[in-house]
Order: sequence, then C-alpha cells, then structure tokens
Amino acid sequence: MQLNKVMRSFVIALPVVTMMACSSGPSEEELAAERNRVAQEQAEAERQAREAEEQRVQAEAAQRMQRQEEMVQEQLEALKEEQTVYFDFDRATIKSEFREILDKHAEFLVQNPDQEVVIEGHTDSRGTPEYNIALGERRAQAVETYLMNAGVSSDQLSTVSYGEEKPAVMGSTEYAMAQNRRGVVVYQ
Amino acid sequence: MIKKTMRLWLAAALVLVTTGANASLEIVITEGVDNARPIGVVPFSWKGNGELPGELASVVRADLMRSGKFNPMAPDEMPQYPSTASDVSYSGWAGKGIDTLLVGSIEQQGGNRYKVSYELIDVLRGQATGGKRGNDHVIVKREAVINASDFRQYAHRISDVVYEELTGQRGAFLTRIAYVVVKDRKTNKLPYQLVISDYDGENETRLLSSPEPLMSPSWSPDGEKLTYVSFENKRPQIFIQDIYTMKRERMTDFPGINGAPVFSPDGKKLAMVLSKDGNPEVYVMDIASKELRRITRNRAIDTEPSWTPDGKSLIFSSERGGKPQIYRVNLGTGKVRRQTFDGEQNLGATITPDGKEMVLVNQTKGDYRIARQGLEDGSIQVLTRTYLDESPSIAPNGSMIIYSTLHNGTQVLSLVSLDGRFKARLPASDGQVKSPSWSPFLF
Repeated sequence: MQLNKVMRSFVIALPVVTMMACSSGPSEEELAAERNRVAQEQAEAERQAREAEEQRVQAEAAQRMQRQEEMVQEQLEALKEEQTVYFDFDRATIKSEFREILDKHAEFLVQNPDQEVVIEGHTDSRGTPEYNIALGERRAQAVETYLMNAGVSSDQLSTVSYGEEKPAVMGSTEYAMAQNRRGVVVYQ
Repeated sequence: MIKKTMRLWLAAALVLVTTGANASLEIVITEGVDNARPIGVVPFSWKGNGELPGELASVVRADLMRSGKFNPMAPDEMPQYPSTASDVSYSGWAGKGIDTLLVGSIEQQGGNRYKVSYELIDVLRGQATGGKRGNDHVIVKREAVINASDFRQYAHRISDVVYEELTGQRGAFLTRIAYVVVKDRKTNKLPYQLVISDYDGENETRLLSSPEPLMSPSWSPDGEKLTYVSFENKRPQIFIQDIYTMKRERMTDFPGINGAPVFSPDGKKLAMVLSKDGNPEVYVMDIASKELRRITRNRAIDTEPSWTPDGKSLIFSSERGGKPQIYRVNLGTGKVRRQTFDGEQNLGATITPDGKEMVLVNQTKGDYRIARQGLEDGSIQVLTRTYLDESPSIAPNGSMIIYSTLHNGTQVLSLVSLDGRFKARLPASDGQVKSPSWSPFLF
C-alpha cells in the first residue's frame, strides 16, 4: 500500500523533472506539482493522526474488554463458590432459600450465552442405587427448569445424575446425608 | 462344557498376572450356626512326596459352613481321622452328635497328577449295620485325578456333591460374584473398581478401574459376560464386557439415565432404564440389533427391571402409585399388575430361580431391609436387621442372598439365607463394597 503510493508519485514526478531541465523559473506545471505535493503531505499527516486515534480507541476497547473479562472471571469465581443447592429427603423441589443463588447463576448465564453448565443431581444413601439415580435426575432437572424459567437458553444447560455414587460427605449421619442431597451447577 | 471348564482355568491363570484388587472379602458369620446340621469333614489322608499342593477338606468345611445349612466339626474335636469308610468307628462319631461324615485320601501319581478319593457316609446307618451290610451306609463314593492347580476348584466340586446329596438342592459353590469397590476418592485416582471373585471371595480379578462411578454389574446367563453402567465419559453408558477376553462393547449412549441393565434368561436381550424421553422408563434392547422396545409409559419413575425365569414378564419398581412399589408387566400383552402392598416402599426386586418368590428391599418405618414375598400371596417376610440394605442378588440355587449394607459407617457385602436363619458379613480389607451380583451356575 505504502510502497504503491511512493511508486505512483515517482511516475508523476519523472516528467516534471525532465521539463525543469529545459525552462527557467517555475512554470504553471511546476507550481501545480508543488501544490500537489503540499496537499499530499497534509493528507499523509491527517491519515497518521487518524491511525493514532484509531489505535488509541482500540487500546481502550481492549482494556475495557480485559476489565470486562476480569469481571466475568471474578463473577464466575464467585458463582463457583455458591454452586450447590440442597434438597429435603426424597424431594426434588427447589427450596426458597436457594432461589437467590440460582438467580445469580441465571443472570450470569443470560449475559454470557456462550457459557455452558452441567447440572449434577445427587442423593443421600437411603433407598436403592437405581432409584437414587432417578431421584438425582429429578433434582438436576428441577434446577435446570428453574434456570430456564429465569431466561437461560436450554442450549447452555445439560444434566447428569450420579445418584448416591458420589457423596460429598462420607458416612450416614444426618449431617452427611443432608450434605449429599444436592444439585450442583458445574461450569464447563 | 469342556470349553467352559477350560475358560474357567484360563481365568484362574489370569488372576496370577493381574494385580490383586486388595479388597479380599473375609467372612464373619453372625447368626444361624446353631440350627445348622452337624457334619464331620475329616482331613484327607496324603500319600506323596513333600507338601500337599492344596487344601481340600478345609475348603469343603468352609463351603458347607458358609451355606448356612451345615455346622462342620473342628478337626481337633474329632474322635479319629479315618480316610475310608472301612476305617470309621461309627459309635465314636455318633457319640459326638455327628450323623454324616466325609472322608477321603489324596495320592500323588507322579508329576503333577493327584488321585483324589472320597466317601460320604451315613454314620447312623453304619452304626446300625456295623458297616457290614454291603456299602449301604456309603451315600457317595467318588474318585478323580486332578492337577495341582485344580485343588480349590475340585474342593468346591466335592462341596456341591455333598450339598446336593444331603439337601436335595444343587450346590452353588462353583459360582462367582461381581461387585463394585469404591476406594477413598481423595487418595485414589481410579477409586471405582469393577471386581469379580469366586463366590467365597477368593481369586479376585479387577475388570475395570475408573475415576468415575461404576454401577449395576449383572451376569449373562452363560456366566461369560457382565453388563454394567460406567460414568467414565462423564455420563452414564451401558457396556457389555467379556470376562475372559476383557473385550467390551458400549451398548447405549442416550441423553439422561442409561441404567439398571439385566440380561434376559436367553441372553439375547437387555432390560434397561432410559430417561431419553423425559423420565425413567423401562426398555428392552435386542443385543444383536440394538433395537429398542419401550415397555413402560408413565410420568412417574419406573426403574429396576428384573426378568421372570421364563423371560415373558418383567418386574420393576414404580412410583405410579405414590411411593415406589413393585409391579409386574407381561411383555406379550403389556398388562401391568401391582405386586406389593405391605410397607411404605418396596424396591429393587428380583425373582427367585424357581419363579415363585421375589426378594426385594422393603422400607418400613424408615428402615431399609431385605425381604421376600411370594409372587402369588402378598405377605412380606423381612429377613435382615442390618442398616440401609440394598442391591439383593440371589444365588442360582435360590439358597442365599448377597446384598450391600452399611456396617460401622462402611458399605459391606452381607449374606442372608432365603429362610432368614443364616446371616454373615463379608467385610473388605479396603474400601466400600457394593452392587453385588451372583453369577449363574458355571458348570
């Protein structure tokens, strides 16, 4: 591009130089060439200024983007701190105290439509393993439905039930069982 | 038959080259020795050079004890150590309350060959006739030549013969169990392990180790394959694996639940649970074509299918009536009938080999216990008093149930006889043990 322009000005300048050799004082053609040259220099200066401005805007945009990415990352980290909701025994209804957590996830997922999550459903150890796989799926689906009702696209959501196979806390105390009856929003 | 035998020995050899699963099952009998029938299993006499290559009498004693039907006398309490019927002092044994006796001998025949002879003797009959009226008091007399490596298997064979002669029921000592071991997930990269062993916990072989859960192993009717669920790809998929070649095939990869696979009695189909249409439903898959047939159609949970021995019906657990109960569906007509009415919940049912009863998990007042119920008459008999019982599986002769339960905060396998009298625990040395499945007869 730049080289091309230089070449073109040579093509114009060459006949001017040959004419200068056979006349005295600036001719009309010489003055015109001079005006042309000045205009070109001005254009070049303007172009450089425009480029500099563009670069500045781009840099600012990049900075803004980085800040935004950092914020998304921060939001994501915060959401990962609160990714679990707990259920009552043999139930799969979202308890009111966990709506706030799920609302935060929903808001984030709506703002970040490329972000996908897997919702895991888990149960305590009471009942048979196969029944608990079914119950765990119901819990995962309850969380999925809640997020979809809050505006999250179904393309961003999938579920898997682990039943009683991956307890968060080992043992069969009431505390352990309560910790194990859970739905977990896992960011991919 | 010969092919099967060969393969079994091959599997035994495989154990030697694979590393042990380190979960060896011990047995702790907790109930039922008192009502068991006394029997004397005399140490077999030994004619040969050096050490015996393996045990026979002690393995038979352990088998008979573990069956819940017999209470073998300890060798140091025996009045004498005969090796043939003609050596037996009948009154000595009768005086100790022993009415049946197993005696035998092992003779080295050069190289790796051993001649084993044994006799099962009716002590009271022998006492009455003085052993002089022919061989009328000898219930069984057998002889065989075996290799050094076959001692343990042959001992189980003797146990089968003794058991069948004395109870009229086929013995289940030449069978295996499959189960899942879960090691500490914090310290093991591959905590979930699919293991098979002889029915008594010997000869453990690990078929698969995984970072993600393994569930629901179940045997093919020829005892050569297992079907199970693996989460190794971060979602449940059903596999079939040959236990000899270790080759496996993935049978399903549907969205949602892919669970509870069980072979049909003819080995050609798998009953399973899929939730690809929204909620868990029972399906039957033709193994060769992978063609699916949907069996249940209900908005409630339907799961845990189990075949009737004739392959014409399935029983399954369903929440269609509120809490889970057992239902039966006729695969020909599609007709569904509820089977259980006692207790708050009934789940995880399997039908006994004679097709007359089912064994299930009964929940009453919050306790999950193993129970039995006739398919025709509806009364439930609770068999266990252990905590959080699940996954019952019945021995192929219908004598014993193996199941998973919680003992001192750890999942262990336990045994209970079908009459509920005999109870034992099989604690593992390392990890939680669950999802037991008893193999069919292997010979």
